[in-house]
Amino acid sequence: MLELLKKTNIDFIGKKYITILVSGSLMVLGIIAIVALAMGKANLGIDFAGGTTVELKFESPVKLQSVRAALDKGGLKDVSLQDIPSENRVIISTKRSEGDINKIAHDITDAVSKNLSGAKYVVDLTTSIGPKVGSKLRSDAAKAIIMAALGILIYVAFRFKFQFGVGATIATFHDVIAVLGIFFILGKEINLIVVSALLTIAGYSLTDTVVVFDRIRENLRIQSKEPIPNVINRSINEVLSRTIITSFTTFLAALALFVFGGDVIHDFAFAILAGIIVGTYSSIYVASPVLLLWKKNRPFAKK
Amino acid sequence: MKKNVFWRFLLIGVTVIVAVVFFLPNTPLFKHMPQWWQKSMPHKGVVMGLDLQGGLHLVYEVEGDKAVQTNLKRFAYLIKSAAEKKNMKTDVNVNGLNIEISPSSPEIASMIRANYPILETVSTGQKLVLKMSDKESAKIRDNAADQALETIRNRIDQFGVAEPSIQRQGENEIVVELPGVKDPGRAIDLIGKTAQLEFKLVDDESPVAAQLPSAIQPGDEDSVLKQFADKIPAGDQILFERKLNSETGIVRKVPILLKKEAVLTGDSLSEAKVSLDSRFGEPYVSIAFNAEGAKRFEEITGANVKKRLAIILDNNVYSAPVIQEKIAGGSAQITGNFTMDEAKDLAIVLRAGALPAPLKMLQNVTVGPTLGSDSIKAGKIAGIIGTLAVILFMFIYYKMSGLIADFALVLNLILLFGAMAFLNATLTLPGIAGVILAVGMAVDSNVLMFERIREEIRAGKPARSAVDSGYDKAWWTIFDSHVTTLITAAVLFQFGTGPIKGFAVTLSLGVAINLFTALIGTKSIFDLITSRYNIKKVSI
Repeated sequence: MLELLKKTNIDFIGKKYITILVSGSLMVLGIIAIVALAMGKANLGIDFAGGTTVELKFESPVKLQSVRAALDKGGLKDVSLQDIPSENRVIISTKRSEGDINKIAHDITDAVSKNLSGAKYVVDLTTSIGPKVGSKLRSDAAKAIIMAALGILIYVAFRFKFQFGVGATIATFHDVIAVLGIFFILGKEINLIVVSALLTIAGYSLTDTVVVFDRIRENLRIQSKEPIPNVINRSINEVLSRTIITSFTTFLAALALFVFGGDVIHDFAFAILAGIIVGTYSSIYVASPVLLLWKKNRPFAKK
Repeated sequence: MKKNVFWRFLLIGVTVIVAVVFFLPNTPLFKHMPQWWQKSMPHKGVVMGLDLQGGLHLVYEVEGDKAVQTNLKRFAYLIKSAAEKKNMKTDVNVNGLNIEISPSSPEIASMIRANYPILETVSTGQKLVLKMSDKESAKIRDNAADQALETIRNRIDQFGVAEPSIQRQGENEIVVELPGVKDPGRAIDLIGKTAQLEFKLVDDESPVAAQLPSAIQPGDEDSVLKQFADKIPAGDQILFERKLNSETGIVRKVPILLKKEAVLTGDSLSEAKVSLDSRFGEPYVSIAFNAEGAKRFEEITGANVKKRLAIILDNNVYSAPVIQEKIAGGSAQITGNFTMDEAKDLAIVLRAGALPAPLKMLQNVTVGPTLGSDSIKAGKIAGIIGTLAVILFMFIYYKMSGLIADFALVLNLILLFGAMAFLNATLTLPGIAGVILAVGMAVDSNVLMFERIREEIRAGKPARSAVDSGYDKAWWTIFDSHVTTLITAAVLFQFGTGPIKGFAVTLSLGVAINLFTALIGTKSIFDLITSRYNIKKVSI
């Protein structure tokens, strides 16, 4: 038997100061991110903020400054540029979305063709989102997050006793907020695809939590003399290797996406990777300690 | 027990064959299948999303207000002529979504009440203000959206796109999806053109006409309009003609003073086609009027010989030739330095008819063909590497049992692609990500079972019962963890746009199939082995 972890006996519950420190700072970050999002200060993708992105693929390497100069000459000043030198790709975006959105994309390609003579390129991607669509997608995303959270809450409440439901829900929110915070501090763009990743994390983070909870529930049924913190600790130790291995296989797949999946999917894969790590951590250090809030009585000893 | 195992293997075998049959169209193998197979077996397979095959995703808003306005203008005209007939002097104007009549009188008010019940009074007094009833204006907006959809469909059909999708969304939005379009700019121009064709008489007699500059730079139109705003005679307007010097390539705009009222419109057309000028080989569009239009055209040309008649599309003058003589037969030409494509597209929009109201673009996602194929390539590489990494890890960590899990994983992939092909689901780039994530999650269930089995073995149980009780105990854990993922996938499907929907589809199918492969697939192999051979030790 090849074992990643031999029989462990780590005192997870006793390390609550580490938990409070790590989770506390992640939560603060996440909450700052949410406030910033609400105030429109965060790095919102154009699918939420409205605007235009044009992705140009040049035949030969091109300097970013010269593209900027070409756009400047064409009177386009409020643009942000990003390049992927390995693919001769330049991504030009602007948050401008008033008037005829089709014209903005036109203006960008016109300015490049006119003022950057000799540079041959193809337009790989044009995305123009009017303000109306942007605000609709924003509210749709918010609705989706609330609906997913409610759905999970209802399911967990139905399958587990109340305390477990609370623990699982807190852990789920913890994970989503933490990943949002990580994105915020890294200055990464929050767009539709990242929100989908957050929802996926919400669903997946429960996998680990359920694994741990199942075992706690089982052990609580058998044991009646052992103090609850010990039961929880032993349960976590018992399932530690499977918690880590299930996360690890999904982590492997997401890592392949992150490295080889191309830049469209890059941030998505990053969010999933972060979500898997935070989710594994939270099922051990967040979800289970929450159960102890009810340690005085043992209403969930039997089911 | 043995018999039970046999049936389960048969079930697995049949589902695999069915999956392969459905997915076959997506493989190069399909072309080598016999004729009868290509005809009568499933032939559509998985559909590639716009982000993978390239194409356009456009969302337009039909400006219903403009359609209401057009109707109000018609009523204003009717009211004015009715008032004139009764020798009542009054001004009737459309202002925004209101008709304003001033000065008003009780006779006019009662005439309107009697004849136009769909007009509601907003305010009375010196000035009578009317508006379209809410019910009627809702009907006009709805009709406008329906008509716009029909017109766009006609235009696209004539333009020639393989599998277009044109749908209404909400109250006044139209979603157009055009996969694989080579020239997106041309397609967008074709759809967005209102294509309101009008014939208007040029007012060369007014002294103002002589004061107009002979030609201006493009972009200076507004300053000319401003300069002449007070001088334009009542009932006249200034529009511009685009003039291209074919030798120098310089474009100039020529202001023309016209009578506001159109003497003939595109509604009277019966045909529009591209023809070539016999002398220069330059393309132009020849149009033919229907019977009524032809009669009207003959009257107009007969009554206005030596005057100029302007041909106007969407407020741009294409040409303003002098009428040499009365023109019978009901045909005319639209010239204007067209390229062949421009002439073709103009003929298409004229044939398909005008949009009932202008369109406003709300969203445009145009994916070039190379980006799509790059994405597929990257997705394939990530998928293969991710799958191999997981397969290798499982084998190293769980030995023979790991191989069984790997078998389940491959089974999972085959069934997933089969199911997508069966549903003719759309594969998008996030969808590929969903497949890869599903691969990672697929072995989760096996890990849960294997760990459980290991525990049972440690507890000293014999191989066979260790496997059985390991499965039994892991079942609910597996079920719970899958259902929560399904919940979020369902939400994603509900709210997501195209690409995200693709992710939700592959993820949820992957997770659902995973329940099947883990519980039927892996278990059957274990059962087969433990029942056929008297296994003492599980390689796990």
